[in-house]
Amino acid sequence: MELKTLTIVVVVLSFALYIGIAIWSKAKSTGDFYIAGKGVHPIANGMATAADWMSAASFISMAGIIAFAGYDASVYLMGWTGGYVLLALLLAPYLRKFGKFTVPQFIGDRYYSRTARIVAVICLIIISFTYVAGQMRGVGIVFSRFLEVEIVTGLIIGMGIVFFYAVLGGMKGITYTQVAQYCVLIFAYMVPAIFISLQATGNPIPQFAFGSEISGEGMYLLTKLDNVVQSLGFTAYTEGTKETVDVFFITAALMVGTAGLPHVIVRFFTVPKVSDARKSAFWALFFITILYTTAPAVGALGRMNLIETIQPGQVGSVDGNLEYAQKPNWFNTWEKTGLLAFEDKNNDGRIQYYNDKNESFKATAESYGWKGSELKVDRDIMVLANPEIAQLPNWVIALIAAGGIAAALSTAAGLLLVISAAISHDLVKGMLMPEISEKKELMVGRIAAAFAIVIAGYLGANPPGFVAQVVALAFGLAASSLFPAILMGIFSKKANKAGAIAGMLVGIVFTLSYIIYFKTLNVELNNAEHWWFGISPEGIGTLGMILNFVVAFVVSKVTAPPPEEIQQLVESIRIPKATT
Amino acid sequence: MSSNSNHADYWKANLKLMGLLLTIWFLVSYVCGILLVDELNQITFAGFKLGFWMAQQGSLYVFLILILVYVRGMNKLDKKYGVEE
Repeated sequence: MELKTLTIVVVVLSFALYIGIAIWSKAKSTGDFYIAGKGVHPIANGMATAADWMSAASFISMAGIIAFAGYDASVYLMGWTGGYVLLALLLAPYLRKFGKFTVPQFIGDRYYSRTARIVAVICLIIISFTYVAGQMRGVGIVFSRFLEVEIVTGLIIGMGIVFFYAVLGGMKGITYTQVAQYCVLIFAYMVPAIFISLQATGNPIPQFAFGSEISGEGMYLLTKLDNVVQSLGFTAYTEGTKETVDVFFITAALMVGTAGLPHVIVRFFTVPKVSDARKSAFWALFFITILYTTAPAVGALGRMNLIETIQPGQVGSVDGNLEYAQKPNWFNTWEKTGLLAFEDKNNDGRIQYYNDKNESFKATAESYGWKGSELKVDRDIMVLANPEIAQLPNWVIALIAAGGIAAALSTAAGLLLVISAAISHDLVKGMLMPEISEKKELMVGRIAAAFAIVIAGYLGANPPGFVAQVVALAFGLAASSLFPAILMGIFSKKANKAGAIAGMLVGIVFTLSYIIYFKTLNVELNNAEHWWFGISPEGIGTLGMILNFVVAFVVSKVTAPPPEEIQQLVESIRIPKATT
Repeated sequence: MSSNSNHADYWKANLKLMGLLLTIWFLVSYVCGILLVDELNQITFAGFKLGFWMAQQGSLYVFLILILVYVRGMNKLDKKYGVEE
């Protein structure tokens, strides 16, 4: 079968599966709609959390980021997994014991304040919308690359599918489709990874191939990669270029942000017991780690494959570089999509790829007769082109498309649900119409989900520069606003209404301002020289979080302590057993 | 009153376990993977520099073990203090 037809078949089959699950798991009550009736098995919830968590960025872009950034990309690997330790130890069990539907509801009840609840809703909506726009964009891009349809058409198809199972099934439908989506995406990720590991090193397990010798050369993969990239003017693969302080702050912002993302937290509301919430966090990280420890191997092998293709001979020798006319088939395919581009700057008909930004390498490059790096490589190609580079059959390529779409859809659905729950449960039921019947609230929830999908789709089709840049920064916002409020709500009986509100506002306003200042208003100043303490906008959420804690602590000290019944509430969420 | 002091003891034991595990969490990622990465890179095993491996593989495995130890430890504490659901 032709590749395109095969891809369509695989993608349509996966959609049929998701829709089937949605019909089977239709939500009948608000409890079903918001938290899947608290009936999800911890292992199933772990899988759903993993799919919820791993977005189009994890699936498509991460290995490529690692391939080109080497050690510097460790911030994502540690940051996006270490947060689960915080979730498991500091938040999940207690929020599950609290046993309500949403994150703002916890903040509103714990801080006995509607204002606190509204501030939490606003933070949640800012965080979730910036994040979801990126996902919808991802759906559109996968469709357009693999099925050659317009991005907007791809978006509308994606929106339709999410609409169907999120609106109909609510959390229950989302949970079980996410379980299926995890299976699709992990299979699609691992098959090519195992094959390229086997081809390069003879070891099929990517985590081991990463530290193995290259077949027939007696040299370790990473040692060779270090040597080769350095001979082309890049920093050694296993060493970083970022300042230590920035690496530290970015890692912390990603970790704490992960623990503070509402769509992740709310997954732990869906299990039957407190002890299941802890177990579930283990399984979530287990399923995530499978992909996250494979990605660095895919990145290193991908970079090696790319360089060996471009530079088959001695660096600097006249015939050391690949002749453009001799380029392999996959090169052609990806040139057509614009992910690879070649420009013959020195007119020798050969492709030179090196670091032309490195001043101290300039003289060497000139002595080779090189006039600038001639290859533009989009980082996404490391995952997308892998099956072709490894010459795997067409069904594996089709699977990558289904996997990418699964990763984007599952994350989008989780985000849309927390947005709609914040609107129907926190705003409508919690404030505007407290007497609303359950049936009507369910209706409002569905309408809110539908609206959120349309807005997310619109943002995906017309991404304002701001949203596109801020997707990765949603973590900083979550770290600086919701995480400290929730944490103090559990671990301090003294933290009060005024402290929490002041802390959240200071945290999110500070972080958002710093990001907008450097990412939108003064892009030309966005470098280490102008950053505060050398902290990039990606890492500033950590400082925002510290500010939030300090402000909340000081304000709580000088204002009236929480009432007695709140202190008892804190007491009760710390104990798994129901207290009477 | 006895139930209250029981709960307080349970909470203390929980905090102690948590403190220990979070210390390890900090050591493997921030200390081994970031602050001391250059020093640890002097040590190599298989084809890896130790600091680099900790940052891209090792700390992830340790995170997983930490949660597992916490799950087990807390289940025991729940039973010991009779606070299971």
